[in-house]
Amino acid sequence: MKKVKIIEVHENVFNSNNVAAEELRHELKDKGVYMLNVMSSPGSGKTTALSKLINILKDEYRIGVMDVDIETSLDAQKVADLTGVRALQIHNGGLCHIDAEMTSKAIEEFGVDDLDIVFLENIGNLVCPAEFDTGAHRNMMILSVPEGDDKPLKYPLMFSVCDLVIISKIDTMEFFDFDMDKAKSNILRLNPKASIIPVSAKTGEGMEELAKWIRAQL
Amino acid sequence: MHELGVTFYVVKDVKKVAKENKVDKIDFVTLEIGEVSGVIHDQLIDCWNWARKKETVTESAELNIETLEAITFCEDCQAEYRTVDYGKICPYCKSENTYLLRGNEFNIKEIGVYDEDDEES
Repeated sequence: MKKVKIIEVHENVFNSNNVAAEELRHELKDKGVYMLNVMSSPGSGKTTALSKLINILKDEYRIGVMDVDIETSLDAQKVADLTGVRALQIHNGGLCHIDAEMTSKAIEEFGVDDLDIVFLENIGNLVCPAEFDTGAHRNMMILSVPEGDDKPLKYPLMFSVCDLVIISKIDTMEFFDFDMDKAKSNILRLNPKASIIPVSAKTGEGMEELAKWIRAQL
Repeated sequence: MHELGVTFYVVKDVKKVAKENKVDKIDFVTLEIGEVSGVIHDQLIDCWNWARKKETVTESAELNIETLEAITFCEDCQAEYRTVDYGKICPYCKSENTYLLRGNEFNIKEIGVYDEDDEES
């Protein structure tokens, strides 16, 4: 019979990422840079809402955007065109998420010493990005009205890890069966500490409140 | 979940542990996975069998998975119950005021190496 040598490990697989994320968070804090991780499903209007928000804040703060995508440079280009701020496209090679190590490398390439706020626009996906701490100081996610008020029930982890949930496209409320109170209670049941801000990037409703929330974090 | 992404983490961690223990080749890896961690075992094993070949130290390593039971705690009646059977609602007092005690784990439990020298004896 073969003899077996066992090496006990007992380590959480996410541990190395969590450690790297904590290091990055400290490093950015020391530099005076505040990073926000923005998550959502594809098509939630993330790039548009983010561009509007940046336009409100860009005279007060030096802002940069890092956009994670599988293939194209469309998002970074769009944000740069709409806001005039510096944007970097990160291609993550087809993975479903970005982790702290990838974020750290991107930060190095991007150069953040001259910035106050960095928005990390994560991959459009409500599952995987929630599992991986990127090293951001705050997590926010965008839930758009057409997606439905039951999304928090279907993707509980995503809603549990967010400090802020933005309910976007509220100008389309009349066309969809979206119950705002139900959406809010579904979110708060999972995450009692979450801030919730309904906005419309199109009409501008709620955008000032959103900017206020960001200012309060700095 | 995202089996391929986590597979790379397992490979990376296993490589590190092997190096620390001066092992060149490992024969199996045992993971502990909680019942409600959302990992699909068959998919994880498929990903592992593809990814392990990329590193000499893992190329012939089998992946074993041990399942850890998920338990939820009810804050209202202080009872513990099996998460998989009852979900978020306490079977004793019907409260929704519950939280997961365990069952969300994704750990590398151990790695194993067959001792070549003793194989013949």
